[in-house]
Amino acid sequence: MKYLDEYRDPVAARRLLAEIRSVARRPWTLMEVCGGQTHSLLRHGIDVELEGVVDLIHGPGCPVCVTPLDSIDLARELSLREGVLLASFGDMLRVPGSRGSLLEARADGGRVNAVYCPMDAVALARRNPDLQVVFFAVGFETTTPPTALAVRQAESLGLRNFSLLVAHVRVLPAMETLVESADCRVQGFLAAGHVCTVTGCREYAPFVERYRLPVVVTGFEPVDLLQGILRCVRLLESGRPEVVNCYRRTARDSGNPTAQRLVSDIFEVCDRPWRGLGVIPRGGLKLRAEFQQFDAEVRFGGASVPAIEAEECRSSDVLAGRIKPNACPSFGTTCTPDRPLGAPMVSSEGACAAYYRYAGANNL
Amino acid sequence: MTHEELSYNCPSPSTTDSGRISLAHGEGGRLMRRLLSEHILPALADVAPAGDADAAILARLGGQVVFTTDSYVVSPLFFPGGDIGKLAVFGTTNDLAVTGARPLWLSLSLIIEEGFELALLDSVLRSLAASARLTGVSIVTGDTKVVPRGAADGLFINTAGVGVLLEPRWPGPEQLQCGDELLVTGPIGQHGTAVMATREQFDAEPCPTSDCASLVPAVDALRRAEIPVVTLRDATRGGVSAVLREWAASCGRTLAIDEREVPVTPEVRGVCELLGLDPLHVANEGTMVVAVRKGFGAAAVEALSRVPDARQAAIVGQVQERRVSPVVVQRGLGRYLPLDEPLGAQLPRIC
Repeated sequence: MKYLDEYRDPVAARRLLAEIRSVARRPWTLMEVCGGQTHSLLRHGIDVELEGVVDLIHGPGCPVCVTPLDSIDLARELSLREGVLLASFGDMLRVPGSRGSLLEARADGGRVNAVYCPMDAVALARRNPDLQVVFFAVGFETTTPPTALAVRQAESLGLRNFSLLVAHVRVLPAMETLVESADCRVQGFLAAGHVCTVTGCREYAPFVERYRLPVVVTGFEPVDLLQGILRCVRLLESGRPEVVNCYRRTARDSGNPTAQRLVSDIFEVCDRPWRGLGVIPRGGLKLRAEFQQFDAEVRFGGASVPAIEAEECRSSDVLAGRIKPNACPSFGTTCTPDRPLGAPMVSSEGACAAYYRYAGANNL
Repeated sequence: MTHEELSYNCPSPSTTDSGRISLAHGEGGRLMRRLLSEHILPALADVAPAGDADAAILARLGGQVVFTTDSYVVSPLFFPGGDIGKLAVFGTTNDLAVTGARPLWLSLSLIIEEGFELALLDSVLRSLAASARLTGVSIVTGDTKVVPRGAADGLFINTAGVGVLLEPRWPGPEQLQCGDELLVTGPIGQHGTAVMATREQFDAEPCPTSDCASLVPAVDALRRAEIPVVTLRDATRGGVSAVLREWAASCGRTLAIDEREVPVTPEVRGVCELLGLDPLHVANEGTMVVAVRKGFGAAAVEALSRVPDARQAAIVGQVQERRVSPVVVQRGLGRYLPLDEPLGAQLPRIC
């Protein structure tokens, strides 16, 4: 399969592994930003292959993991309200809020639909004129353009029964927050290739300039990841903090201007709380004032009861890269994918779920 | 045939003008008799020799009796490569076949939602009859219920199946030994992806086609070739991974497979890559996992290669000494990694 097989080629991967080992004259600590990258690294055992050479810290790039508890609780409340249908992505439905997940809300009689695309939520609103359809809009820069498009579509259709519960987040401000924390060990970043496909690689230049850390835009297949790691190690070894694009097959310097325009037409940057990380300045998006009629919080009000985070969950340390998931005392004991304490154990991109699925690569 | 085409396809003379099932069709009166005599019995004529028997008196059998039941609630009712009728026959008879039995008799229970189109019912019944004919089973008893609109999703079917156990019996998964070879009888993940792609209207081009088929010919081929089968199982819900996991638990050993040897069609791979699914976890309806004694894998593949639905059978792994993980898979880079277990229904990744 084109664009996949060549990036999973075992011969190329082994050659890259050997090259990384020979280039690195000391151990380096890199952070892969995206949860998709974390899963791929663990699925193929790359973290184990590079033990002692490159320590990979898993970043917060899992949209459902960082969606604040308050938003989940509000989504749950809305789904249980008479005449409201709540739609979101499948992963989001399983994340525990402080009073249960959306799937549990459905079992309690809530109206909850899984959708693959925000436009499906618009279609639901058209098909169900008697219901208020609320789309729980989560995700990074990759998912904001389709949400923006859904708003455009709802607007042109004159839909009065469609709104958004917005929890969209931006990846670069989160990287800044992590780097500025006192205990940050990250020496270089593997930036999320698909985010850069939308935003462009050049937005990292000021970041690199300011923090003197290399950023390598990296894809998701084993060969992609190894190319990204090799490039980052080379930059570190030669003391050159630069932005390098190793995902040229889709990411461009300027990104996708059409998508960027669409997003900035509908949304504006705002400070946003991230689950586990606290409020990140400029870390999220909200609907512009002229699209307030699509804001579910304006339409229905906020959550009635404050959210409570499970105390024994150390997902904030995991999301900030302070601990590896299996260092959490609850990992695999009181916290499993069947009974998750926190979001990273749920999501198909969560670091804890990745460790639960693939860990043991060391001791098969 | 698509849903669309069928809705324009005039049914055989309808019992009501609407061409739809009404609650009265399930209430035992004249309408019910007409539903049976004008729709159900004609469609099943040659595979339901006893007519509308409430209970069947069956012939004595020369061996132990094997009995199974399964309910079918697939949505949509029609999908590329099959429909709920075909599924209701093959699903149940395959359970008998992989248990080591020759399938003989089926019961058929229909639970129909009020308002269901008679033309669709006719189409399902025709497909069901054709599948029963192909498998050599008779439908010996049945039941029809109609529930109010909203109480079911169109049509649910239950079939129970009876078969006779054949000799020699297979040792079973508890007897798996190190070195035993693991095979699949065809490309995996086709049914799950076909149903999902249709239900969610992915418009995948080409769309995956369900492997929905009888496993009886494949099982027969293994018997005829006198392959020392240890155990075999249709890889339905949970896919190949669920079968391997159960077997590993039964025998206390580790089952190791090589991802690169597992046949997957480009269509299935495309859908799985898009949705972040592992074909090993996706349901099949006419593909099984077979374990044979060490050294007989190639002979088993040879025997299966003559069966139309098992032409792409392949050796995919073997039984090994127990490691920490019950099932391991060799991924692209050559390293064995634990095979994860999905919690429930697989959900797509979101970015």
